[in-house]
Amino acid sequence: MIIAERKPMEEIKQFVAPYKKVLVAGCGTCVTVCWVGGEKEVAMLASQLRLATSSEGKKISVLEATVERQCEKEMVEEIRDKVAEVEAVLSLACGSGVQTMAEMFEDKPVFPAVNTTFIGMPEKDGLWVEMCGACGDCFLDRTGGVCPVVRCAKGLLNGPCGGTRKGGKCEIDPDKDCAWVLIYRRLEKQGRLDLMREYYAPKNHRAVKRPGRVQAIKA
Amino acid sequence: MATPFRKTLKTKKFVVTTEVGPVKGSNVSKAIEHIALLKDKVDGLNVTDNQSSVMRYPSLGICLLIKEHGGEPILQVTCRDRNRLAIQADLLFAYSRGVDNVLCLTGDSIDVGDHKEAKQVFDLDSVQLIHLVHTLNSGKDMAGNELDGGIAFCIGATGTPSADPLEPQLVKVEKKLKAGVSFIQTQAVYELDELKRFTEFVRNIDVEVKILAGIVPVIGAKMATYMNDNVPGVFIPQHLIDELAQAPKGTGVAKGIEIAARMMRQIKEEKICDGVHIMFIGREEKVPEILEAAGLL
Repeated sequence: MIIAERKPMEEIKQFVAPYKKVLVAGCGTCVTVCWVGGEKEVAMLASQLRLATSSEGKKISVLEATVERQCEKEMVEEIRDKVAEVEAVLSLACGSGVQTMAEMFEDKPVFPAVNTTFIGMPEKDGLWVEMCGACGDCFLDRTGGVCPVVRCAKGLLNGPCGGTRKGGKCEIDPDKDCAWVLIYRRLEKQGRLDLMREYYAPKNHRAVKRPGRVQAIKA
Repeated sequence: MATPFRKTLKTKKFVVTTEVGPVKGSNVSKAIEHIALLKDKVDGLNVTDNQSSVMRYPSLGICLLIKEHGGEPILQVTCRDRNRLAIQADLLFAYSRGVDNVLCLTGDSIDVGDHKEAKQVFDLDSVQLIHLVHTLNSGKDMAGNELDGGIAFCIGATGTPSADPLEPQLVKVEKKLKAGVSFIQTQAVYELDELKRFTEFVRNIDVEVKILAGIVPVIGAKMATYMNDNVPGVFIPQHLIDELAQAPKGTGVAKGIEIAARMMRQIKEEKICDGVHIMFIGREEKVPEILEAAGLL
């Protein structure tokens, strides 16, 4: 799923400073699961905004709404009336959701209240880790299901760099595992270490022509 | 004129290389002093490529200065700052100006340097870079286009004998050897048993490649601890830290030189590997002292 983090309150306050009536719009999918943009977080941001502005002697009316998926126009359509009532929208969805809203309501500023960070999974309660870089040229068959493109800090394809820390931790962060140590251990477990000994040519960085556009073929 | 490094590698000589660190700025007078001081005392002078991800005068620029002053430069190329187009272009330029030794490295992460918000490239990794140089050596570029005026680089790689765990690192070294390299300059080595183990591994795959042990003198217990925590790929054992801690105040540099020279002598006497690569970062003027103490002058 897509992981995001709330922007600092100061930044969010600046976005809405010129307005008297705003809508905080959440998304019921990825950002709900990673605790940043679901119904609960919408309610929290809305009350934080009301409190913050009233303590500064301003008056702002904050509406709340959450759709199932903010990246789908049909679902965003459900809150069209609420959007019509406000001067600006604060979206708690990923960048894709923010842009869907912005495209549908072109006359209204839509501000991002979160920073979209990566595609990942929960490692434990409240801790999400990056798993996929959406490179368009999946390499996981050769690496025991561990992605070196994003889980190696340098995206190396032929093994670890010389900077691995003691115990197989990453050069840049002792809290993170060296992806190539994980790959080695996984392939060793599966008796497939030969895969790691193979040479892999430079990646096709144009596998997805950016900006990405994929036409589905119906089965 | 200096003996071409590739020729030195073909002899039985104990090979000695060291490095000239590029300056921060356009004033290259210090680098020229270091080149003059060192060029006739060693077999090759490496020039680091934005070492530790800190922006400096380019490796290629200092290599040209070494060439102009009659030394034998070894161009270090990392994959961090340039994509495949830029790397190929730089290699063509280097070769056309007489710089024909290249050390292929991954490069430290942007995070350890002084431009932490920069976009790091890593379009290639070090193994792919070695393949790329072979491709250029064959008269073609990476896209398969013919080159007008080819190149013939003498190619080197690195390895980390003290990596923990070691096995994944060795898989990568094996790929570098299979890609084809004439020399290996290892990351800093402090335990000779680790160097022996590494050399044996390499010898089982390639009997020709010259292995130069990386020597990074440490001039104090505090510096050792700092390096262990902050310099990627450096593992200084506790017994050396203790030895440094016992050195009387003000004698740290001398102690560091003594330890480095002791290791170098042992490497040469016991024929553990084919030479040494001395990295006395920021203290190039002290390198002759180490060479003298190690009996290599």
